[in-house]
Amino acid sequence: MNTLSLARTPTPTAPATSRLTGRARRSAFGKIVLNEARLTWRRPISPIGGIGIPVVLLVIFGELPSFHQRLSSFGGSTIFDAYVPILMTFGLAMLALLGLPLPLVSYRELGVLRRLSTTPVPPSWMLAAQAVVQLVIAAIAVIIVLVVSIVAFGASAPVSPAGFVVSVAVAIAGLFAIGLLIAAVAKTSTAANVISRLVFFPLMFFAGLWLPRALMPSILLDVSNYTPVGAAVQAIQDSMQTGFPPTAPLLVLAAYAVVFGYLASRFFRWE
Amino acid sequence: MGVTGTQVLSTSAADSAANSAAETGRPAVQIAHLRKTYGSLVAVDDVSFSVATGEIFGILGPNGAGKTTTVECAIGLRVPDAGTIRLHGLDPRTDRDRVHEIVGVQLQASAMPAKLRVGEILDMYRSFYRDPADVGELIEALGLAGKLRDYYKSLSGGQRQRLSVALALIGRPKIAVLDEMTTGLDPGARREAWDLIAGIRASGVTILLVTHFMEEAERLCDRVALVDNGRVVALDTPVNLAARARGGKTVRFVPSAPFPDLLLSSLPEVTRVERGGRHVTVTGTGELVNAVILTLAAAGVTARDVQLDSSNLEDAFLRLTGRHLANDSTTADSTTADSTTADDAAADSTTEGASS
Repeated sequence: MNTLSLARTPTPTAPATSRLTGRARRSAFGKIVLNEARLTWRRPISPIGGIGIPVVLLVIFGELPSFHQRLSSFGGSTIFDAYVPILMTFGLAMLALLGLPLPLVSYRELGVLRRLSTTPVPPSWMLAAQAVVQLVIAAIAVIIVLVVSIVAFGASAPVSPAGFVVSVAVAIAGLFAIGLLIAAVAKTSTAANVISRLVFFPLMFFAGLWLPRALMPSILLDVSNYTPVGAAVQAIQDSMQTGFPPTAPLLVLAAYAVVFGYLASRFFRWE
Repeated sequence: MGVTGTQVLSTSAADSAANSAAETGRPAVQIAHLRKTYGSLVAVDDVSFSVATGEIFGILGPNGAGKTTTVECAIGLRVPDAGTIRLHGLDPRTDRDRVHEIVGVQLQASAMPAKLRVGEILDMYRSFYRDPADVGELIEALGLAGKLRDYYKSLSGGQRQRLSVALALIGRPKIAVLDEMTTGLDPGARREAWDLIAGIRASGVTILLVTHFMEEAERLCDRVALVDNGRVVALDTPVNLAARARGGKTVRFVPSAPFPDLLLSSLPEVTRVERGGRHVTVTGTGELVNAVILTLAAAGVTARDVQLDSSNLEDAFLRLTGRHLANDSTTADSTTADSTTADDAAADSTTEGASS
């Protein structure tokens, strides 16, 4: 039996405890983010779903000559142009609805969050760390889709770069809030998986993955406008093709962020 | 561990409170009239005890007795309905942050992400504390050296348990709370864990040990609270509890030379002296054996063939509650301790094969 030297201090007058200082707190948060990043790398479901699938679809669509014809029904742009924001939104939704909630629910199930709440570090840091990791992947996904579409397939750069950044940001906020609500209400990993898929695939229809918004009948388009993904596609597409996006889709996304974010914080359980 | 000047200067009010508490011998843990209900179920009912600094204090009782709820309240994971809790003078509800700095916890049924390496988990938990223990030293003592690069999922049940204990100790806590740390371990691993607890205590840490294994409490604990149906039914040293079960301890021996009964019956520890053939049987309490042997030796008499008749905690529990402690409590080899009761269900979760 080896002896442990756990004695805090050699003298009883020396300090016993103190909370972490600013730098130590950042270092602790950094370690959590680092481990979350490692876990994501070792089981790369998020990068595959959020970056891999959109990029593969982008390349396939880009290779189809018919997708590069300018069509009047697409306002003079091409089907490929229409799919660039759709695939970006696909990646963001994948990360928000599957990448973000599933690890959190499994951590709650395993007691990871509960264990964390007995340390000086609050369990909310784990949630924040997970959001940071998914956010980074989301940024990479959007940038890769944008760059590949421009460089490899001759798409045009966003007309309004600022509008593009704003659109992507509110899209992320709205979609991540929905993911957090799923993490809040799903009691088990299995339930989270089912809920996420039930939300994700119908949303992809309204994003225009099977039928681009330009071809949707007006009633369907009206519904799509009020879904987070429809609003995201509209805002991103406008910022790429016409200019700073109109207020309506941005407001829709902001509303999703506020309402679902509030509900998520209201119902989230750490154990 | 060295202490720098800046650390000394940054001593907070709570630190001095905690330190002066230790100096004046104020208990490490003070729990008074703790009560916790879940709906109509009274999990903990008027539990009071205090634990001295450096003590190994056991909370022993069957599954569902309220043991886990008690310690979960103590470490601030649950909010009690009534009662006060102080850990080195700090309230776990209002001084959460400081309590978490000085208390290390090993929770029942808490797992880690499967694809993290042991070293990565330790490194992360280490960063949560201001003055953490040395990882190399800790894993050496816990028999996890050489496992730093192993994934959590590849660890055996015993190794996971030891990692869990390592995480409880990594902040160099003043108090370690170990909840059913040997449940699900094989006999060899359990004995190693017992050695480990003894080693932790040797380093000056106060230990609150929750267990339903009688043998574990008997071997390790300085004092034990027997808990049943949310109440403390007895609180004493394991030896005294056992003695209480049979109304005293008994020493039987063959004296090397004659001696008068009065020599022993006048001792405060002795209640009765009986003779039968060559044997003398002495019944009493406290440090009975020492008193008898020393007194005889002083009179030039040697006690031969000394037999101690001692009952154990199982007897004590049976006598005090009319119930058996646990079906498996007399065989430490058993690994059937599944938590399915109200007490443990709260802490229950699906681990990836956490039990061996």
